[in-house]
Amino acid sequence: MTPVAVDQIFVTTKHLLMGYVPAFWQPLASAILSVVPVLVVFPALFAVTTVLERKGLGRIQNRLGPNRVGPFGFLQPAADGIKSLTKEDVVPRDADKVVHFLAPILLVLASFIVYAVLPIGRNMVIADLNSGLLFFFAVGSMVELAVFMAGWSSRSKYSLLGAMRAVAQMISYEIPLVLAAVVVIMAAGSLSLPAIAEMQSGYTWIWPHWYVLTPWGFAGFVLFMISATAESNRSPFDLPEGESEIIAGYYIEYSGFKFALFFLGEYLGMFATSGLAITLFLGGWSAPFSFLTWVPSYLWFFAKLLVLIAAFIWVRGTFPRLRMDQLMGFAWKFMLPMTLVNVVDAGLWHFMPSGVVRGVVCAAVIVIPFALFSRRAQEGKKLQIRTYRYAE
Amino acid sequence: MSLFFLITAAIAIGGTLAAMTRRNPIHCILSLALGLVGVAGVYLALGAQFVGFTQILVYVGAVAILATFALMMTQGHIVSALIEPRRAFSRSSVSGFVTAAGVFSVLGWAAQSYRPLTPSTQQAPAAGAKEVGVALMHTYVLPLEVIGVLLTAALIGAVVIALPSEEERS
Repeated sequence: MTPVAVDQIFVTTKHLLMGYVPAFWQPLASAILSVVPVLVVFPALFAVTTVLERKGLGRIQNRLGPNRVGPFGFLQPAADGIKSLTKEDVVPRDADKVVHFLAPILLVLASFIVYAVLPIGRNMVIADLNSGLLFFFAVGSMVELAVFMAGWSSRSKYSLLGAMRAVAQMISYEIPLVLAAVVVIMAAGSLSLPAIAEMQSGYTWIWPHWYVLTPWGFAGFVLFMISATAESNRSPFDLPEGESEIIAGYYIEYSGFKFALFFLGEYLGMFATSGLAITLFLGGWSAPFSFLTWVPSYLWFFAKLLVLIAAFIWVRGTFPRLRMDQLMGFAWKFMLPMTLVNVVDAGLWHFMPSGVVRGVVCAAVIVIPFALFSRRAQEGKKLQIRTYRYAE
Repeated sequence: MSLFFLITAAIAIGGTLAAMTRRNPIHCILSLALGLVGVAGVYLALGAQFVGFTQILVYVGAVAILATFALMMTQGHIVSALIEPRRAFSRSSVSGFVTAAGVFSVLGWAAQSYRPLTPSTQQAPAAGAKEVGVALMHTYVLPLEVIGVLLTAALIGAVVIALPSEEERS
């Protein structure tokens, strides 16, 4: 089989299967054939990631991690799934029953719907919408409502505090998230995610045309990933869960499979924003070097996704949790100005003639404000290396 | 009338009806968000993707959340008003019904008697991201700037209100 045939194997299989379906049922069959793989692959990835995350954190913290169920503990998610399915579903007596029931459903629904516009391979996208990026952010903002519903309907102080924290944090970091993505829209001139991925699939000699390789693209990628970490409530931005202060935040009053649904929604959201970062900055499904284009496009997408997941696990294992004022100060005093500077930088890049001068000027426009903002953030704070007396 | 339009219209009407009739204010806001999703669906059915998604992003993602926040900050005053039983038909409801009937009849008469002077042959204007952007940056650039100044002033005002006063700080 030629590389192109392997690359398009899922697309051609779908067309082949569609040939057997009568014309009346074709829209439905097409939808099912496109949606079911996403519904299977990403939860499976979630199951694998939970093991990898616990193993990775274990290595970072100098312990083994799960190693009892199956070979090397890799059947742990099956045991966890059976456990959460057989647990009693406890609903607090004073809870708002309907809203309490709807919150995890809305969360998982919103987390799944965003995959409709993500291109996970060449010609492999469920819906090629003209404003796909806007769709992503619009549906992503419904997660906030689900989180609020969960926290409010539980009628518990801890969950209400967690929900307030989560919503405040998500609204604050949504602005830098969107503004970091704006530079890509400016460069690509399109809101359609497959078109943006297509724009980056060319090569100069062996180097790809990924946006991350430009000064504004690199800055945008870093800012986007920081905001994405905060959006998905992951460490070091996991104050909404803060188990040492408010136990588990907004989903403390959920048990059994509803709790598992919150977990699923959180990880699906993390995968989706990582997938969006890949599409916007890391060239989507395109290969990193021109001589590697024979590897199927979907494999590249998932390889990049796994690298980003590994980075998420690494960050979770290494950084301490921020304080609430540090979190908000970081969003409004550093992230927001930096993303605005980055937008100006992308405009400069567009209007300057290409060459070395453009690269130097655009890099300086990013680096100098970065240094200034970092220095201002350190003002009036006594920063020194912490010495440990008993540890080490 | 397609099936999609009927579903989204039912969601929009049902959501807004529930928003008006529910007693619990948080339920009202959540139903209102549902109704706004229905309206966004109607936009999508009309082929205006950009407007529909912006509707969800702005109204469901931001306005509904802000409304819940504002409500929770002030809920102590509202709950007491809610607990006391209300009659369905108070004296003021009569004037409300009369006003609503008047507005509705005028609107209905206007819609019924409307005849286009020239039969419209041109296509409906497209409302894509590009068209909206061009309109905002050319025709409506002054209103856009004025709104920007207004929002900035509101933001600064909010920060000033939220700042701790001199007594609190010391």
